[in-house]
Amino acid sequence: MPTSEPLFRMEGISKRYGGVRALENAELTVEAGKVHAILGENGAGKSTLIKIMSGVVAPDEGRMLLDGREVTFADPAAANAAGIVCIFQELSLIPELSVGDNIIASNPPKRFGMIDRRAQRKLAEEALKRAGGGDIHPSTLVRDLPLSRRQIVEIAKALARKPRILILDEATSALTASDVKTVFEVLKRLRDEGIALLYISHRMHEIAELADTCTVFRNGRNIESYAAGSKSDEQVVELMIGREYHNVFPPKPVPKAETIKPVLEVDSLTWAPRLNGVSFTLKPGEVVGLGGLDGQGQRELLLALFGVLRGTSGQVKVDGVPVSLKSPRQARADRVGMALIPEDRKTEGLMLPMSVRDNLSFAAMSMFSRAGVIDRGVERRAIDEMIRLLAIKTDGIAVPAGSLSGGNQQKLVIAKWLMRRPRIILLNDPTRGIDVGTKQEIYLLLRRLADEGAAIVLYSTDYDELIGCCDKVLVMYDGAVRRTLVGGDITERALIASALSIDTRTDEGAATLTPATA
Amino acid sequence: MSEFRFWFAGQRGTLLALVIFLVMFSIYVVNHPAIANGGFTVDTVGDVVQTAANKGVLLALVAMAQTFVVLTAGIDLSVGMVFILGNCLASYIVAGSMPMAILGALAVVAVGAICGAVNGLIVIFGRLQPIVVTIATGAVFFGLALWMRPFPGTSADFNSDLADALTGKLFGVIPASLVLLAVLVLVIWIPWRRSEIGRATYAAGSSEVAAYMSGMPIRRAKFLAYVLAGAFAAMGGVFLTFFTYSGEASASNGGTYTLFSIAAVVLGGVSLFGGRGSAVGAIFGALAFRAIGDLLFVFNLDPLWQPLFQGVVLLLAVSVGSARLFQVRNRLELFN
Amino acid sequence: MTDTVSTVPLKTRSWRDQLNMPVVTAFGCIIVLLLLGSLYSPNFLSPEYLLQQLKVGSFLGIIATGMMLVILLGQIDLSVPWTLTLGAMMGCAAVSYGPAGEALAIPFGIFCGLAIGLVNGFAVAYLRIPSMIITLAVNAVAQGLMVAYTGGFAPQDSASPAMKLLAAQSTLGIPNAVLVWVVVGALAVFVLSRTSFGRSVYGIGNRETAAYLSGVPTQRVVMIAFSLCGGLAALGGVLLAGYGGKAAQAMGDAYLLPAIAAVVLGGTSILGGRGSYIGTIAGVILITLLQSILSVMQMAEFGRQIIYGAIIVLMLLLYGRDKRMR
Repeated sequence: MPTSEPLFRMEGISKRYGGVRALENAELTVEAGKVHAILGENGAGKSTLIKIMSGVVAPDEGRMLLDGREVTFADPAAANAAGIVCIFQELSLIPELSVGDNIIASNPPKRFGMIDRRAQRKLAEEALKRAGGGDIHPSTLVRDLPLSRRQIVEIAKALARKPRILILDEATSALTASDVKTVFEVLKRLRDEGIALLYISHRMHEIAELADTCTVFRNGRNIESYAAGSKSDEQVVELMIGREYHNVFPPKPVPKAETIKPVLEVDSLTWAPRLNGVSFTLKPGEVVGLGGLDGQGQRELLLALFGVLRGTSGQVKVDGVPVSLKSPRQARADRVGMALIPEDRKTEGLMLPMSVRDNLSFAAMSMFSRAGVIDRGVERRAIDEMIRLLAIKTDGIAVPAGSLSGGNQQKLVIAKWLMRRPRIILLNDPTRGIDVGTKQEIYLLLRRLADEGAAIVLYSTDYDELIGCCDKVLVMYDGAVRRTLVGGDITERALIASALSIDTRTDEGAATLTPATA
Repeated sequence: MSEFRFWFAGQRGTLLALVIFLVMFSIYVVNHPAIANGGFTVDTVGDVVQTAANKGVLLALVAMAQTFVVLTAGIDLSVGMVFILGNCLASYIVAGSMPMAILGALAVVAVGAICGAVNGLIVIFGRLQPIVVTIATGAVFFGLALWMRPFPGTSADFNSDLADALTGKLFGVIPASLVLLAVLVLVIWIPWRRSEIGRATYAAGSSEVAAYMSGMPIRRAKFLAYVLAGAFAAMGGVFLTFFTYSGEASASNGGTYTLFSIAAVVLGGVSLFGGRGSAVGAIFGALAFRAIGDLLFVFNLDPLWQPLFQGVVLLLAVSVGSARLFQVRNRLELFN
Repeated sequence: MTDTVSTVPLKTRSWRDQLNMPVVTAFGCIIVLLLLGSLYSPNFLSPEYLLQQLKVGSFLGIIATGMMLVILLGQIDLSVPWTLTLGAMMGCAAVSYGPAGEALAIPFGIFCGLAIGLVNGFAVAYLRIPSMIITLAVNAVAQGLMVAYTGGFAPQDSASPAMKLLAAQSTLGIPNAVLVWVVVGALAVFVLSRTSFGRSVYGIGNRETAAYLSGVPTQRVVMIAFSLCGGLAALGGVLLAGYGGKAAQAMGDAYLLPAIAAVVLGGTSILGGRGSYIGTIAGVILITLLQSILSVMQMAEFGRQIIYGAIIVLMLLLYGRDKRMR
């Protein structure tokens, strides 16, 4: 029986973070008894939309209507009370507690002031069965469960709250293929019971199997909603692209001669379960990009190269010599010459309360000191040179690094490493959250460094960057390099297609998800 | 029955502590001079057990206190001082007629709870590190104890009947102190453990963020943990008064009890990182720790070696209990 | 899926932010205490008395220097009491080994402290045992060792003449103990501000992850810092033994809380990464004056304990909270 009023509607929603528009006049219509898939690239606004819906953040503008009446949510608990429950990517389970305790985390049934274990266990079992986890015993401790089972418990936990709208944000990323099948059956059953499901995923075949309606987001806007199956994959990808190129990239040089020896050779680098046999080579003067969806092992690859991960296997050679790097200190040593610009500049790249000077010289202190004592003069000259080179805007070198803008902070991190004149530079999504002007400066800098002989590995979630900066792109999936795109082959369509695994050449892996290990 | 299987797995630390204790204590009893001289009779064994129980229960109470706080991934370095404060206060007000004396004992426990509440408020609402806060509040509590008893003393009408009753034997065989401990476990620990707030305490120690996101009453749980710690520490102090009939503000004694409570807790299988363990395990850990210390006496080793011996045991216990090096595969995880 | 977030640059700091507020407050409190003291006793502000205070404070100052290093790292050293005592007792023990022993008494005492600190440092840096736990345990072991060694009695070995010279005598009117503190302090300032080791300490205290990823040898730095803390505590113990003529049981217990308090009151953050040595100097003087006022006021021991504890909590609430950008 179709109702005239949709169950839930968002209208005119806008949300800004600083100078960046996450959502711009976005709207969404959710109907009961339907599975509604939301698609879009990284940064398209899906995540913000979900956070607003589930009460985690408040919108700057716009309104939400539930059953036709306007609602606002002060916090997630309020959204839950209204029947909107979200399963986030990051699990919210408490490891030392049992499955049952986690599922009925708030408002457990009580008897004489104590938790009624038997009643709670029954509720948990019901929720687990509904979530397809009937084989999980409620008394098992969450920390003893493998990741795939934990996700099922997470789903059961959401179901125990009796949702009217259930949102799944990449909820199947850790599941095995058979688990995914079970979950889909569960979701379809829930849909038939009248619950509205919102499903965010990159996996086209999953969406094809599950969804009734699809919506594509781009640049914070709802581009189009359509019935599932009414568009081809190519058409969908085109909807997801459609951005103007307003970034200017420095020209790329002619590809390197084959005779130049690689500076870095990686052979079957493995670190279970996130890296499964990564192999590639890197020549001096090359800028190599790492593409693919989030969480396919790109971050781990950089950390493994830099000596941060233990228990890696496989071989890494620098200048033809096998190396075994056990710490960043070894990785940055002159004979290896690596540098890593880490993912989060605030917690991994800088000490924000310390001065610009202290931060800049942190990786290179041994270069300005004799017997441990820092020669301030030499240090000062090196610092001034770097600040000039990178055009870092700062009120002097004694101010805390935290007082600089995001872009200048990132330049600080890069400058810190450039002091050592590294030969291999690893960058972990360096332009995330940075203004356009600084981005371009960084692109120019990277190309110049490459021209001067450095070898660069660049992980980026921004397709424009991969296309504009890189000579070669390694698209990763499930911890291995699935495809290598070279030169003119690097296009947005190819990048998205490889990342989403809908390329027919590599279709074998598309429907199968590697079983997660315990 | 599979429920039992899960319960068993969860109690591993506690059961290990129990085993350690039984082994240590058996060695102790068998080699005790009183047994060696008087033979293996109900009387001699009963006496040995009673003395051991009384001393053990003292530490067990303070260890239980420490357990509550450690479960929240915190630590309370003031438990020893609350213990001393309880001892000094009890030496004044556990006096007069039996009802008055009992009331006095309860009042001391209440004072201990207030001390715990102070700790809890500062740590939770001041958002400060428990370790430094409790060192400082420990000094304050000790100061109060010293004010009460600048010199060791007792009150004129100290009710020694109550003291003897609780340190003596029930039915001539079972030490009353152990019965008291059992009652506390049944009446306070188990209901707390099974309540929503007790569960929230474990959750707070395991993953405070996830617990908060799941809507558990974290603040209340942590606050109650500190209050219970203060109450139990004060109970220990009262018990010490029953033992010695007097109150003494001894800073070194307080420090020792704080230290030993940590040893007992670690030996008892309670994780210093929070979220795992049981007060019952801490009790066994306390008893085992005491038994280990007493082994020296029994084997006629110079008692001068006892502090060193116990210190080394503590060192080994905490090293094994907290060394995380071997489990971690991403070195970045070693830094929080 | 993360959304892009850009940060708004902070305004340049006002002159008030440039001043280190806790240090200023500490010096302000010192002035207040001096005035208070002069109310109680006319001698309070006399040069002889003040110099005496400085002398007494030097011992705490040396110990607090080591503690500051460890606190800057974001750790804590609770083994100071018995490291101090052990250093004192071992130093005095060496005296009875003939002239060679007497000459080496002070270095030997310090060496013992360095060794204890090294054990602490190793456990924290390599075994990742929380510092409060391991230092508590090491303190107990050190106590055990000393109890076994002395048989529980007060140690009979007397201090060496060198120790007495350094601790009790004066040179050109200035107490030698103060001179020792000055030297230690100057070294500390130099190390903290001019060496890569010092920078690393601040870096690790601020953000160990970032320091590690920058290639700083974090484990080595932590070990050395703990070792230095033990060594400085032992030096304080050796001097105290010289001051009193011999070592004493539990002589170090009275120095733990004041050492931590002096460092924290001087503006060093208990979470690490922030603090200047000037602040520690102010904190030491503040605590010493506080102690002497309390004794001039003839405040009983219990009152002192309560006031100590309360003041530390207060200062922590004012300055110890995490205000750093994350």
